Amino acid sequence: MATRAEPLTLAPPRKRWGEAVIKALLALCALVSVATTLGIVLALFLPAIEFFQEVNFVDYITGTEWAPLFLQAKFGVIPLIAGTLSVTFWACLVAIPSGLGAAIYLSEYARPRTRNVLKPALELLAGIPTVVFGYFALTFVTPLLRDIGLQVLVFNALSAGLVMGVMIIPTVASLSEDAMTAVPRDLRDGAYALGSNKLQVSTRIVVPAAVSGIVAAFVLGISRAIGETMIVLLAAGQQPNLTFDPKQAVETMSAFIAATGAGDVPTGSVEYKTIFAVGATLFAMTLVVNAVAIRLVRRFREAYE
Amino acid sequence: MSATSPNVDLQGERTRGVWRGRIFYASLLLSLAVGFITLGTLVVQVVTKGIAFVDPVLLTNPPSANPEAAGARPAILATLYLGILLIAFTVPIGVGTAIYLEEYANRNRWYNRLLELNIQNLAAVPSIVYGILGLAFLVRGIGLGRILLAGALILTLLVLPTVIIAAREAIRAVPGSIRDGAYALGATKWQVTWRQVLPAAIPGIATGSILAVSRAIGETAPLILIGALTYISFNPTLGGPFTALPVQIYNWTKLPNPEFKDLAAAAIIVLLAMVLLLNAAAIWLRNHYQKKW
Amino acid sequence: MANAETELVRMRGVDQLDLAERERHMPPPESREVVFDVSDLKVSYGSLPALKNVSIQVYKNFVTSFIGPSGCGKSTFIRCFNRMNDLIPSAVVEGSVRYHGEDLYGPRVDPVEVRKRIGMVFQKPNPFPKSIYDNIAFGPRVLGMADGLDERVEKALGQAALWDEVKDRLKASALSLSGGQQQRLCIARCLAVEPDVLLMDEPASALDPIATTRIEDLMHDLKRNYTIVIVTHNMQQAARIADMTAFFSVEISDEGRNRTGILVEYDTTPKIFTHPSDKRTEDYVTGRFG
Repeated sequence: MATRAEPLTLAPPRKRWGEAVIKALLALCALVSVATTLGIVLALFLPAIEFFQEVNFVDYITGTEWAPLFLQAKFGVIPLIAGTLSVTFWACLVAIPSGLGAAIYLSEYARPRTRNVLKPALELLAGIPTVVFGYFALTFVTPLLRDIGLQVLVFNALSAGLVMGVMIIPTVASLSEDAMTAVPRDLRDGAYALGSNKLQVSTRIVVPAAVSGIVAAFVLGISRAIGETMIVLLAAGQQPNLTFDPKQAVETMSAFIAATGAGDVPTGSVEYKTIFAVGATLFAMTLVVNAVAIRLVRRFREAYE
Repeated sequence: MSATSPNVDLQGERTRGVWRGRIFYASLLLSLAVGFITLGTLVVQVVTKGIAFVDPVLLTNPPSANPEAAGARPAILATLYLGILLIAFTVPIGVGTAIYLEEYANRNRWYNRLLELNIQNLAAVPSIVYGILGLAFLVRGIGLGRILLAGALILTLLVLPTVIIAAREAIRAVPGSIRDGAYALGATKWQVTWRQVLPAAIPGIATGSILAVSRAIGETAPLILIGALTYISFNPTLGGPFTALPVQIYNWTKLPNPEFKDLAAAAIIVLLAMVLLLNAAAIWLRNHYQKKW
Repeated sequence: MANAETELVRMRGVDQLDLAERERHMPPPESREVVFDVSDLKVSYGSLPALKNVSIQVYKNFVTSFIGPSGCGKSTFIRCFNRMNDLIPSAVVEGSVRYHGEDLYGPRVDPVEVRKRIGMVFQKPNPFPKSIYDNIAFGPRVLGMADGLDERVEKALGQAALWDEVKDRLKASALSLSGGQQQRLCIARCLAVEPDVLLMDEPASALDPIATTRIEDLMHDLKRNYTIVIVTHNMQQAARIADMTAFFSVEISDEGRNRTGILVEYDTTPKIFTHPSDKRTEDYVTGRFG
């Protein structure tokens, strides 16, 4: 007989408190990420608020001269934002066509064997530390640009922008490719069956169907470019120049933060607080861009899952 | 009987379409080429400039003003320590968070959805912001100072979202039928998780963690901000000042003396070797443990 | 209703004489012991009722089968007996399910204790990605029955008619077994924790006919020691092995948007298949629909 001898009671032998403890411990792990965000917000915005008590916010956000360490300190952040945007522009010029082209190739044209070689190779490109890219921009790309006749300075926005573009290609390519491979086979088959060729199917059927994922990829690439530090620190310079001329040196928000934070600026001084003010500005920019990207990714995931 | 026979000319307008198609295909290959040619050029540049300086001196000597005698020993050691500390910190916390989100959290609750959104956001925050976080809280805030432990903690926070996302995918890949079978036998949630789900998810978790750590050891900006810039000639300890390999590379690249730039290239070779090794380990793990359910 | 009888005789594997014989050998209603007493059960996913107004009694050492067209809530119902519906966040169970008199859904009842006593075999065999031995040993290990593990494993595999086939390769991966063997492994896995009841949700639907026959023979043997409830979409199977049969159907309301399962008729198998009381039952068992 298989029935138990003991009296039938369905209550646990002793209350299962172990399970509750485990759930609490796991939730604690999850709280680390919450604490991180809280920490970032506090670390950025508390000192930033203090900064804006000493420096007029409007002057900050509209001023075109950035010279926080001068005797007659100027705190207009526009040159830094312009520097960031200038480098980002050249980066996108490289990354968006290349990334999208690579993605279309991988998704629509490549044979499985080729894909198995190219995808890991892209991963490799993505794994290269940014300081290595910075070294490359400074020691190879800048002299190269000079050799082909462009009168770039030792530190210039163009070298940094181009190399940053290459760095971002894997991000744009892999997310775009995900979006395109998620487009169901039937859509392509329907078009092929009507007599379309590959170019038409790729550009008129697949890319439009995957557009929200592809735009998300672009936006994520832009976000990475805005926040990138080492390439610009090494190759773009530390002169807060308000110019969109790519041959000149510029300073981006991230480069300023790195250079100032690494130095021996006295804690609590206005110069010290510029780190946080600029950091808050940078964070706010990337937050907006990321929010757009996340919304787009969600939309493309919903369409096919 | 049809009045006219069907047009069997199957050649059609091949010529125009073919050329457009070929040009398009060529432009796609060009796009691919941009990335890979740059990669190739970069590797060639680094190796040709730096190979001369890759010798035992590089690995065993501390930095020095004389490029011939300068080495990156303290930096290499610090990077190794950071890697080990990273794994020790991120894996428990990352996997714990992933288990909570996948097995325990009720998806309908707003705070759990916020948690997921938060992690996605953190994954996209620029690394320098993590540096600011470290500067404010660890170094000057609670006064840990510019020490190796602070660097490890900050890199942990930086890398955690990636590990969490990878662990979640690995856990989600375990089929629900296995969980059902285990629950139906009377196992508790933790027993099912610990004895069935996690063992099956370990290869995916390991691969994701190793890849995350390989990205983290190349990070420079956060370490610069929390003070890994100082000139270090002694071996790093957990509670002492430190400098990591990427920071050393940055330092040497900045110097005007071209020999130091070549020294930087040599250090890059070492760093790339480490990254390559880790990536290869992760890929080997992924292929070796391809489970077929 | 002679139609039903002649239809049934024409179906493969069912013998009119065999059914009458079975009817004679069944214990009379007075001596049947009730294991499950279900009263006015209703199960909803969110706000949509999947099953309603179900009242039924399941008897000890009987094989009870639930038959009916797809979508009539048979699987939902059987999962109520071992509280597996708890794992679905939107599932709501109303009404009462009593197990040997105790309310299965009482406030102090631990689902783990329930599942210790009431085991389940699933439609698609789901062996753990471990060795054969570790599959069987998993239940005893997590339930604190790890003493004499080797004997337990051998006994369970023996009861599932699998021991002779695997006794030399207990450390081999369970995934290396054939489909039929895997399902018997899953049955053995349940038996290793010495349950009272075995729930089987279409256990042979993913198997070939030979493996199916072996599972059905197994059920004949197992019912001597266990109470078995089986969901099946295969009427001939129900007619072959079940002592009691419950026929479920779908009630469509709200202009076809709501499909809710209901219990139409519950009686001894011979009666259900030869002279059912409800016309819907007759239509189903004679193959006129479903």
